[in-house]
Amino acid sequence: MDATDTRAANARPLLEVTGLTMRFGNLAANDNVTFNVHRGEIVALIGPNGAGKTTCFNCVSGFLRPTAGRVVFDGIDITGMRPYHICRLGLTRTFQIVKTLGDMTVEENVMTGAFLRAPGKREAREVAAEVLELTGLLDKRAKPGRSLTIAERKRLEIARALATRPKLLMLDEAMAGLNPTEIKGAMDLCLRLREAGLTLVVVEHIMEAIMPISDRVIVLSSGEKIAEGTPEEVAANEDVIKAYLGEKYHAAS
Amino acid sequence: MHEGCQNPATCPMGRVLSRRPGWGAVPECNTGNPATTGKGTKTNVPSLRGDPRRRRSPLVHVAVGAVGVVLQVLTSGLMMGFVYALVAVGLSIIWGVMDVINFAHGEFLMVSMYSAFWLYTLLRLDPLFSWPIEMAIVFALGYLTYKVIIRRVVDAPGLAALLATFGLSLVLRNLAQFLWTPNYRFLNETLVTDKRLILGPVVLGMPQIVAAIGSVVMTILVFYFVQRTRMGRAIQATSLDKDAAKLMGIDTEKVYAFTFGLGGACVGVAGALLSSFFPVHPESGALYSLLAFVIVALGGFGNIKGALQAGVIIGVAEALGGFYLGTQFKYAVVFLIYLLVMQVRPSGLFGW
Amino acid sequence: MNESPWKDRKEPAGEPTRRLTHGALERTGSDGQALRPAQPVRRRARAPELWLLAVSAVVAVLPLAVNNVNFHHVLIMFLIFASLGEAWNIITGLAGQTSFGHAAFFGIGAYAAAVAYFRHGISPWIGMAAGAVIATAVSAVVSYPVFRLKGHYFAIATLAVAEIIFQLFVSWSYVEGATGISIPVAAEGLATFQFHTSKLPYCYITLAAFVGTVLVFRRVEESRLGYYLRAIKGSEEAAMAMGINPARYKLYAMMISAFITSIFGSIYAQYILYIDPFMVFALAISMKIVLLTVLGGLGSVWGPVLGAAILIPLSEYTRILLGGTGKGIDLIVFGALIVVVACFQPQGIVGLMRSHGRRRAERGVSGDARRDATAVA
Ligand SMILES: Nc1ncnc2c1ncn2[C@@H]1O[C@H](COP(=O)(O)OP(=O)(O)O)[C@@H](O)[C@H]1O
Ligand SMILES: [Mg+2]
Repeated sequence: MDATDTRAANARPLLEVTGLTMRFGNLAANDNVTFNVHRGEIVALIGPNGAGKTTCFNCVSGFLRPTAGRVVFDGIDITGMRPYHICRLGLTRTFQIVKTLGDMTVEENVMTGAFLRAPGKREAREVAAEVLELTGLLDKRAKPGRSLTIAERKRLEIARALATRPKLLMLDEAMAGLNPTEIKGAMDLCLRLREAGLTLVVVEHIMEAIMPISDRVIVLSSGEKIAEGTPEEVAANEDVIKAYLGEKYHAAS
Repeated sequence: MHEGCQNPATCPMGRVLSRRPGWGAVPECNTGNPATTGKGTKTNVPSLRGDPRRRRSPLVHVAVGAVGVVLQVLTSGLMMGFVYALVAVGLSIIWGVMDVINFAHGEFLMVSMYSAFWLYTLLRLDPLFSWPIEMAIVFALGYLTYKVIIRRVVDAPGLAALLATFGLSLVLRNLAQFLWTPNYRFLNETLVTDKRLILGPVVLGMPQIVAAIGSVVMTILVFYFVQRTRMGRAIQATSLDKDAAKLMGIDTEKVYAFTFGLGGACVGVAGALLSSFFPVHPESGALYSLLAFVIVALGGFGNIKGALQAGVIIGVAEALGGFYLGTQFKYAVVFLIYLLVMQVRPSGLFGW
Repeated sequence: MNESPWKDRKEPAGEPTRRLTHGALERTGSDGQALRPAQPVRRRARAPELWLLAVSAVVAVLPLAVNNVNFHHVLIMFLIFASLGEAWNIITGLAGQTSFGHAAFFGIGAYAAAVAYFRHGISPWIGMAAGAVIATAVSAVVSYPVFRLKGHYFAIATLAVAEIIFQLFVSWSYVEGATGISIPVAAEGLATFQFHTSKLPYCYITLAAFVGTVLVFRRVEESRLGYYLRAIKGSEEAAMAMGINPARYKLYAMMISAFITSIFGSIYAQYILYIDPFMVFALAISMKIVLLTVLGGLGSVWGPVLGAAILIPLSEYTRILLGGTGKGIDLIVFGALIVVVACFQPQGIVGLMRSHGRRRAERGVSGDARRDATAVA
């Protein structure tokens, strides 16, 4: 498989998060979180609401400066770097609360991201077309961002991130609020992105969607990492079931 | 520039200064009555007469009695700061609750000052007693402004609210000019005119003392009103989250209108207090608008305590800046302080 | 290894292709329907340039057709303020940073031209160039502290900066302080930038500068910078996640805006031939720029032009007609009009036309018509 080849070629993980701690006053939203992400993997980051998943994303992608800990991406220490520098290195993320640029058309939204690696407008437009095709937004490209449905906005969020041509893409609840067909589409998209060589870290609440596609699952609870392993391992883990999965995964499956 | 002007109405400088559109003619012109001079910094302290503001070098003051002079400057600044605070509180409430910068705020003040002037001139009602009337007038003006204009723009995109209030400020200012000419008018023999209080080295003009005390009292009243009363709580709730407030059954329309009125009431009182020692003219409010913007931002939008503290800071800064650098730089000092403070606290000194 | 995988997509020797669309294009879209081949959207990007040509042709002919001094004056003021609006539109319309302090740059430009000739006998053109450079430098220096602030805090900060600069000019004897500068009369001509017998040369110089300004705006809007600025306006966080450093691009926008604003300050000074701080640093100048742009339509090329075309004749003619006798009636009318517009058309005239165009397009079948309607506006 493509993913294993890549992993063999680069022994060092693409993303190494070591002892990540983020405190807001007394609250430790992330407490000494350590994990690695290897090239070509889809890693799911799960946990109950308020577990600190978004905070973890913010720290890794540079939107927050962690209180303690180290983030190394592709061999470079990016701890405390600004988001736009990190993005240039090939790590970007989407937002749980989508930040659609409402005044710009869908195509312009994506071109803005594409400009990072495609300096000319023509190239940027080509990249945008490619990415929009992949995310199934091509026929919406002339619509203003604000006219999109929430599902389309989530896809646009991904398209925009993809246009910056990242090595590692972090998706924050990209499937929340989608209907089953749309979720199926999003799952397909994740798999295709991995096939295309991307590495993904995915925060998701919908277990049916995330478990089948992820290679590894990391579970956060109250800011701490309480489990890590294959979906099967995690699903069988007592702590995890207690903390979180109990109601959701078991009830659903 | 332009010191010791005795007759602002004919003063050529006053003409030049008032030519500046959109900017208050400089209150320095009001040196017509040395004992009741306007800005704290300009206070012609009798004991220091003969060297008003000509003292460029601080060294000279040491000879005169540096401590006394500094005390004098500080108290003058402090007293003016309380008035600024009251003006700013009015602006801050509006700003905090509906996120509207009321560019006509200074004109509300001007309306209040004219009201005080006419009540005094026509009915011999001293501003010391007529202030509730001014307060009511400007409350009504604010309330109406909301009902007629702001209601339509408060949720509009972009800069619509700003446009509307700026347009209103143009209308009010020029209406005043049309009706009452641009001439400077004075309330010459109010109960406090020419009275002063001497506390050791510090000489305080009675009008300033009254204004400062009145401003503090009004600010405290507004604070407790917002904290303690039903309407005040509704105002707080609406400023936190309009939609949630609506769901809880608060009539946000009413709250908004009342808030605008309340903001007006603050300047209504401030205008009455200022009218006994500042000239009344169509542009007399413009300067206060600018200062109030800075104070509100410094104190944090919607934060009454913050506005009070920031007002005092600005009043003292203005006084000290005017004293040590020259009056022409006192507002530059104020604006500079704003920029500097915001570097450390980008959401205001006391902002959330 | 540290490079993005997308860079080595042209090197066949690398790892198995990491192209995004690898193996994906042949399949289906995420929503299950077959994908159509990518075809860049064609937009009528050149249309505004054609419009500009038409507008400037009309403006070029007008002063000849209507040979009236007052009319020429209004035309010049219109061109100056339309251009100022364009410049302001870059930082506020595109980048979303509301500046209330543009009078500072306007004043710097005005003083640069005036001082150059008044103090040193240097050509006002050189003064104009120097002024533009100084204004740009000032904007860069000032932007650093100011851009750390957001929203209203930013707007008030720009106001504060402009007031500080104003206060400095009032008491700066090199520029004659509060007295102002009467630019000494010189022989008429392009070299001295003074014309006494006719306003026509001013009309055409201003027109040329106006055309240049509109072209600059278009250039910025259509370039990568323009996309970045609009993204920053939409969401700084989204922009940062796309590798954009908001501070840097806002700075660029501010510098371009200051540069242009300063140039029109110089033109204004040479046209009026007298300036003082109360005139050129007035909050009223900043606000007029804001008003006319918002009235016309924030963020669009034609917004400032439409806004200026309405507001400037209105304010200039009411002043000419009523100013002497009416004691402020002109400004009462002006203010009332602004209130009415704000209440009933907060999106500006361009917004009005745009939504009208959209409605018309929606009645038709073609999606392209709709796209054009928005593209034109
Ligand atoms: N900027 C912030 N300031 C203070 N507390 C925060 C901030 N961001 C997140 N938190 C708190 O940190 C905890 C983790 O939040 P978050 O990372 O958003 O959780 P999740 O994404 O897993 O639902 C929550 O208790 C939240 O209230
Ligand atoms: Mg979250």
